[in-house]
Amino acid sequence: MPKRKLTRERLDALRLEAKTLLAANTREVLICAGTGCIAGGSLNIYDAVKQLCEEKGLKTRVSLKQEDGGNALHFKKTGCHGFCEMGPLLQIEPDGILYTHVKVEDAAEIVERTIMKGEVIDRLLYTLDGKTYPKDSEIPFYKLQKRLVLENCGYTDAEDLTEYIARDGYVAFEKALFEMTDEGICKEILDSGLRGRGGAGFPTGRKWDSVRKQPKGKKYVVCNGDEGDPGAFMDRSIMEGNPHSIIEGMLIAALAAGSDEGYIYVRAEYPLAVDRLRTAIEKAEKLGLLGDNIMGTPFSFHLHINRGAGAFVCGEGSALTASIEGKRGMPRVKPPRTVEHGLWGQPTVLNNVETYANVPLIIRKGAGWFRSIGTEKSSGTKAFALTGNVVNTGLIEVPMGTTLREIIYDIGGGIKDGKKFKAVQIGGPAGGCLTEEHLDMPLDFDSLKSVGAIIGSGGLVVMDEDTCMVETARFFMSFTQNESCGKCVPCREGTKRMLEILTRIVNNEGTMDDLDLLESLSATISEAALCGLGQAACNPVISTLKYFRDEYLAHVVDKHCPHCNGRKVQLVIDPKLCRGCGKCRKNCPMEAISGEIRQPHTIDTEKCIKCGACWSNCPFGAIREE
Amino acid sequence: MAKGFMIIDGQRVAFDGEKNVLAVIRKAGIEMPTFCYHSDLSTYGACRMCLVEDERGKLDSSCSMEPRDGLNIKTNSMRLLKHRRTILELMLASHDCDCTVCPKSGRCRLQELAQQFGVRRVRFKDTRQRHEIDDSSDCVWRDPNKCILCGDCVRVCEEIQGMNILDFVGRGAQMTVAPAFERKLSETHCVGCGQCAAVCTTGAILVNNQIGKAWDAIHDPSKRVVVQIAPAVRVAVGEAFGIPAGENSLDKFVTALKLIGVDEVYDTIFGADFTTVSEAEEFKQRLANGGPFPMFTSCCPAWVKYLEYENPKYLKNISTCKSPMQMFAAILRDQYAEKDQADGRTTFHIAIMPCTAKKMEANRDEFKHDGRPDVDLVLTTREIIDMLRETGIKLGELELESPDLPFGMGSGASMIYGTSGGVAESVVRYCVPDKSKNALREIEFMGLRGDGCIKEATLELDGQEIRLAVVNGLGNARKLLRDIDEGKAFYHLIEVMTCQGGCVGGGGQPQSLRVTKQERRDGLARADHSAPFKRAERNPVVMQMLEEMGEEKAHRLLHVSYVKE
Amino acid sequence: MGKQDVLKRVEEIVDSYDCRREALIAIMQDIQNEYKYLSTEALELVADKLGVGVAKVYSVATFYENFSLEAKGKYIVKVCCGTACHVRKSQPIYDGLREYLGLSGKQKTSSDALFTLETVACLGACGLSPVMTINDEVHPKMTPESAIELLEKLRAKEEASHAEA
Repeated sequence: MPKRKLTRERLDALRLEAKTLLAANTREVLICAGTGCIAGGSLNIYDAVKQLCEEKGLKTRVSLKQEDGGNALHFKKTGCHGFCEMGPLLQIEPDGILYTHVKVEDAAEIVERTIMKGEVIDRLLYTLDGKTYPKDSEIPFYKLQKRLVLENCGYTDAEDLTEYIARDGYVAFEKALFEMTDEGICKEILDSGLRGRGGAGFPTGRKWDSVRKQPKGKKYVVCNGDEGDPGAFMDRSIMEGNPHSIIEGMLIAALAAGSDEGYIYVRAEYPLAVDRLRTAIEKAEKLGLLGDNIMGTPFSFHLHINRGAGAFVCGEGSALTASIEGKRGMPRVKPPRTVEHGLWGQPTVLNNVETYANVPLIIRKGAGWFRSIGTEKSSGTKAFALTGNVVNTGLIEVPMGTTLREIIYDIGGGIKDGKKFKAVQIGGPAGGCLTEEHLDMPLDFDSLKSVGAIIGSGGLVVMDEDTCMVETARFFMSFTQNESCGKCVPCREGTKRMLEILTRIVNNEGTMDDLDLLESLSATISEAALCGLGQAACNPVISTLKYFRDEYLAHVVDKHCPHCNGRKVQLVIDPKLCRGCGKCRKNCPMEAISGEIRQPHTIDTEKCIKCGACWSNCPFGAIREE
Repeated sequence: MAKGFMIIDGQRVAFDGEKNVLAVIRKAGIEMPTFCYHSDLSTYGACRMCLVEDERGKLDSSCSMEPRDGLNIKTNSMRLLKHRRTILELMLASHDCDCTVCPKSGRCRLQELAQQFGVRRVRFKDTRQRHEIDDSSDCVWRDPNKCILCGDCVRVCEEIQGMNILDFVGRGAQMTVAPAFERKLSETHCVGCGQCAAVCTTGAILVNNQIGKAWDAIHDPSKRVVVQIAPAVRVAVGEAFGIPAGENSLDKFVTALKLIGVDEVYDTIFGADFTTVSEAEEFKQRLANGGPFPMFTSCCPAWVKYLEYENPKYLKNISTCKSPMQMFAAILRDQYAEKDQADGRTTFHIAIMPCTAKKMEANRDEFKHDGRPDVDLVLTTREIIDMLRETGIKLGELELESPDLPFGMGSGASMIYGTSGGVAESVVRYCVPDKSKNALREIEFMGLRGDGCIKEATLELDGQEIRLAVVNGLGNARKLLRDIDEGKAFYHLIEVMTCQGGCVGGGGQPQSLRVTKQERRDGLARADHSAPFKRAERNPVVMQMLEEMGEEKAHRLLHVSYVKE
Repeated sequence: MGKQDVLKRVEEIVDSYDCRREALIAIMQDIQNEYKYLSTEALELVADKLGVGVAKVYSVATFYENFSLEAKGKYIVKVCCGTACHVRKSQPIYDGLREYLGLSGKQKTSSDALFTLETVACLGACGLSPVMTINDEVHPKMTPESAIELLEKLRAKEEASHAEA
């Protein structure tokens, strides 16, 4: 195909053509190709089903563009469908039949019965409380969500630019490029109430406007795809499933800010996201949506991808830009702020993946539409990664202001194994925990802030009644401590000491002084650390100390935590050393030790609480930890 | 630059162009504590000691805050004091606190601030990783167990010297400062400038201490201890004894050295006059032969080392003249050979230098004869201060005594060797045929000396336009070389000093900020002005000895080639 | 592959980024992709070609978790210890594998140089927790037993191909 310069007319014509193709495209086999389902073998299923269809003489095709007409079966590798717990997922359109936990061995049956005859295979359907759900739209997990940024994930082929265009892709960019001023774009985004989805919730429009107002010259647009919070994978799903929405959002940001170059910084652990983004950029460049003088206008934009190299701290703005510059990802002191002095010292717009993905929707549908979703001060939706001890783990998107109860019980299907809910960690290691009392609190920026938590990037880790919150705090502290960049003293030295103390407490070796020390250190680290991550490092400790102080006391005072049993070491009596004096038996508060006099004794590990009374009193050193 | 008023602890303070709030606070008479802030280096903001609290109760570091009209801050609120104490406690917990036997004791910032803030106990267990001490370098001594990771050394090595020998390794609690691959300094391209030791806030990087050897020699009756004193030392050594920076305390210093048992005390300026004459003659020769240009000065051993490591193609451009210290030493060895034989004592030659790299220079093979270095021992200003302290001598209260003759005399030109631009100016004084007072003033106004990273001047000599450049700081030297490489610059003569401001800011000097260095420089300028003669060729002893020496011997004693065969 | 070949390849990689200093991380990633670790010689060459101090290169390499300065095993096993995996008991998997591979102290690579065991903060496959990757291939819902079983299969495969050769 001869390379023709892309014009607005040509893009519109392409879109019309693509829409016609999409409308004619009735029969589709969607295979989830998110990281989760791929890990479950979905690509093999894709190959098997496609091959079987072809063997049966069915016409197939793999992209919208393929000429051989509307009735061929369209095979798509889609982005993450969100219902990772049930993966690998396979969906058949137009009937919307969703098969879960599909295996390669199921391929023949799927082809013969469902694809060829239109029958539904019951055993592959999702079942809840004895009820089967043939269609995804009826499953409670999906029904209660409002998928905007994730809308295309799971339905479209992430690598197919034509399909993105057919679904009104780049309409917003077109509008911004030809019909809006830079100031107008900033105002529209500001009016929409869009706040940064990466953490603190700073108004995106205001950030863009600050960069716009900087003196003319080199400016950058940077996308933070360094989703480092353990338990979060929203951004990954968008990058893998809908990469063009990020590119479009960044194009619009570049228009608004007056930038001609952008970077997407992707976490090293997301190779698939890098591939998909790279393909998307290549295709956009080829079509003429990226490059010089886009669609005949003076606007140029070039986009690069940087892969992270494994440092959580690079999620912090100035550390991220340092890393793009090829340096150690250490945050720097501010001012100057990133909007004035960002990448290579130039004014820089820095937002995260989900924020950019919202932008095309706002420009296309208007600020008013966006404002109608969510709450007054937190408009729009938020994607969450729902994980931990919950029945339906996966990726969800709900309007801001949805309550925790709705998310955990209605969408998430409640706590696993019928256990009781204890807490949810929100916002990753920098966030805090929410408890039973917060179940009916609306999840939005300000409500969370009022209880000392943050949305962060949107990880929701559900913990059941068996979870020890001290151990949880220790776990988060070990994460943060390991990821501390080491630059400022409070974070480098403070988190190290915090971890030492928490480990001591978890091992029942802590004292009441340790609790004071934890609180005092938390205050210094929170107030004196250099960067936002350091300042937030103690949030899990602060919030667990607040809501679960009794569990700390169990470890410190009682030297026994009801939740930690089983994980802790076992106490055993060495029969070779034991003389059967019976001292341990008498000292045991739980009557867990039995044995005849002058015969080796034994400890019943079921009853034992590892208090150590036996061990410290054994005259023969026969009791040891194992 | 911003101008306005700020409220600091309720007090109205004007600011006018200060680069940060920290500077304004200090101007207001409040000594804010810092570890990682150094006015000559980039702002790092890591120690968090200089935190201040704003009206809304928000804390931020004042080193990174821009002064703003109407800004209202507190510098010593309850919270701030508590956080500072906690930070200090955290630092101490990861620091080898063997203060009583630490060489840095009494000058250690950590010790000082911990005392100042009343940190009386450390509530954390000693779980430090133990690191090996690096004593491989002739110049500095590294003890990572004392490092608080303020990064001053990393930044001075990179930003000022452009060397990047030291950098951060690892991250988080495992982070350390070390050379690449945690090698020893002797296995790196370290040129030994010692600026890392000069900025180190604790005892983590120290001048390689050789005081013990000095005492041994002084107390050895079979040794005649002969000392030479470099120009920059006389204007800094008094600082530790209450004498203001820049005041020339040479004569008191001579008395002190005699008191501690040194036999003969001479002055390096005598060697410097030899250098000026030899170097100027060499320069004239090169002008006559058409090169090679640029001719680089050779006095600074770190600079020579730098070229050897990083840019050996320029070694042929270095003047073949030895440094003043080595010229002096060669002459001394030559002159004292008979004397030693006669009275059965060996001359032990100690050079007192502002410089750590001189320790390495003295140890170079080129300057060893029969396996013995011409300079037996180099002591830095800081080491000699420690020795005097040990003896209890109060330098300020001593009688005056001049250096011994004949090697204790030198020109004014040799005095300014201690500052950046001094060597070039001395050579110019020699080369310019007009020997009037007026000519001297004109040369001074060429602007070779003084602040500034790269200074340039032109002068006419025998109808030829001569282009000169003076550079200090290896980072700047590197830039200049790049310009020369790219053909963007051409000079006939380039003076390079590794340390900022020249030897007055040497790595062996007492810790100094820009103003102190300037005072020392002014002190040397005064010494030049009051010198009985200003030009090297007016030194009667030097001229007579050169004549007696003859060309062959002069070449052997005074010249050296660093070019590798 | 000889040392000279490796250095030639390193040179090509650096050249492919036009010796741009800011490409340091990408360059090291590419080198590591090919050789699984960053050798001293490779890093020295990179520093030289980029015109930056070797301490700087080492400093950046040691900052990021993904760079390895030691040779690694043929199979790189990463156990996710992110929150979701931790909650669903990933630690026993790691401990189990360490024991199975006979690793002690700081040792990460098995003595037969077949396996290198690492942890990773979060693979973002939390829905499948606990997860583990072997040479970047994700294995979902692991238990200590199934993890060991996977490694045993790989070891058997290696031994078989060894025996054939």
